[in-house]
Amino acid sequence: MALEAEAPASDRTGFVTALKPGVVTAVSLLGLLAIWWVAAEIADSRVLPTPPEVASAFWQDAATGELFFHLAMTLMRVASAFILAMVLGSAIGIALGMSRQADRFFDPWLILFLNIPALVVIVLAYIWFGLNEVAAVGAIAVNKIPNVVVTMREGARALDRDLGEMARVYRFSSFKTLRHVVLPQLQPYFAAASRSGISLIWKIALVVELLGRSNGVGFQINLYFQLFDVAAILAYTLAFVAVMLIIEFALVQPFEAYSTRWRPRRA
Amino acid sequence: MSNLSKPTPPAGGRDALEVEIRNKAFQGADGSRVEAIAEIAFRVEPASFATLIGPSGCGKTTTLRIILGLEQQFEGRLRFPDDGARVAAVFQEPRLLPWRTVEQNVRLALPETEKGADLDILFEILGLDQMRSRYPGELSLGLARRVALARAFAIKPSLLVLDEPFVSLDEQTATRLRQLLIEVWSARPTTALMVTHNLREAVQLSDQIIFLTERPARVRGIHRLDKPRAERDTRWRETTLSSLAKRYSGVL
Repeated sequence: MALEAEAPASDRTGFVTALKPGVVTAVSLLGLLAIWWVAAEIADSRVLPTPPEVASAFWQDAATGELFFHLAMTLMRVASAFILAMVLGSAIGIALGMSRQADRFFDPWLILFLNIPALVVIVLAYIWFGLNEVAAVGAIAVNKIPNVVVTMREGARALDRDLGEMARVYRFSSFKTLRHVVLPQLQPYFAAASRSGISLIWKIALVVELLGRSNGVGFQINLYFQLFDVAAILAYTLAFVAVMLIIEFALVQPFEAYSTRWRPRRA
Repeated sequence: MSNLSKPTPPAGGRDALEVEIRNKAFQGADGSRVEAIAEIAFRVEPASFATLIGPSGCGKTTTLRIILGLEQQFEGRLRFPDDGARVAAVFQEPRLLPWRTVEQNVRLALPETEKGADLDILFEILGLDQMRSRYPGELSLGLARRVALARAFAIKPSLLVLDEPFVSLDEQTATRLRQLLIEVWSARPTTALMVTHNLREAVQLSDQIIFLTERPARVRGIHRLDKPRAERDTRWRETTLSSLAKRYSGVL
């Protein structure tokens, strides 16, 4: 009798456990939304709109297609700057990680670039190269490259010598060594650099657009700032955050799961 | 190694492996010079199995690294079993790529021309046929060592170098692996050079045992074992062991 009574109970625990992660996320987000809503109602002010007001601002710009155009422009800049920063940053980082002399020589440069404020890079890029797309994307990438270099240099320093020797003894070609021995070891560092990279890049992209472009989320936010339209500012921000979340869940996480499939799973 | 029952054709290179190394030294961490090898010279006949044995840290592994081309700076001379000898190594650690399956690890070592080689028999002899799509992280040390052996034999080397391939395994697993090594090696005997601490292992496997002194290493003596491996029974092994232990005190 006791056994029969227990069986469904343990089934239910299993069901709840399976549901749990999603439920927790949903409850947590709803909680945040509730706090915002309550605070907005209490404040009852133009500077803190309620969620429905933000939603209507979203629909207004979405209906004309304006919102999607600006999102796409920003996304294009983020994507090109991201690719540029990851490729250049990885190449420089790996080179510095592998050659001690090069590292010693370029380390001061790296510290210098790491500490130049994003704003200075953007302003200088616009002054030197003009108010154009190349200067915009270049300025975003230059802001990110030093971070990628630091992470990838750490990865290159941690390369396993034993595996490298194995590859030499078995006469792997340089391409084979890179593809099967070196890059898989750098994958976690690459993942870390791209994670932190994509969030940093989109924040810088908005400043770049605000200062020198006539479209993009940053430009729109500046426009609505002049109009003091907080609901529209929040609508654009949340829309872009949503796009970044979709990229994270639809691209970054599946790719990471695929490239780490060989790791023994902890029970 | 396509047919185990047939008499085996000679494999590997035509010539003996000849090794002469003098005055190999390292820069110690404190900047001082550490003499690793004073003078080592020996030859390994084609298709024979030689073992280097000596006290810890006497330069055995350094010798292997020089032969493998991983240490470039040394005085002396090497002569390989044939021109452009294909060398295979089994290291102390299995050194498998954790992100590639067992089969991919073995296939990656194959030269481009033999990419699609049939490895079924090799995997079967080594008891790995069920493991081909596993990742190294899922294997025990004993199994990972088998994969390292499979990789070495898959490339049909003219020189096989083994650095304590059975160290830190329990005796039962080590014994089984030694049998497997002899089985695979006998199917296609190639010039082989192994480093070990274990005289028993050396007596069981080798045609020739090279005894080294303390660091800096010199050759203390070379002992040939002419008895065919199949006829090496327990009694013969014990007699040989005790006579070697008497002659080279401290090796057991």
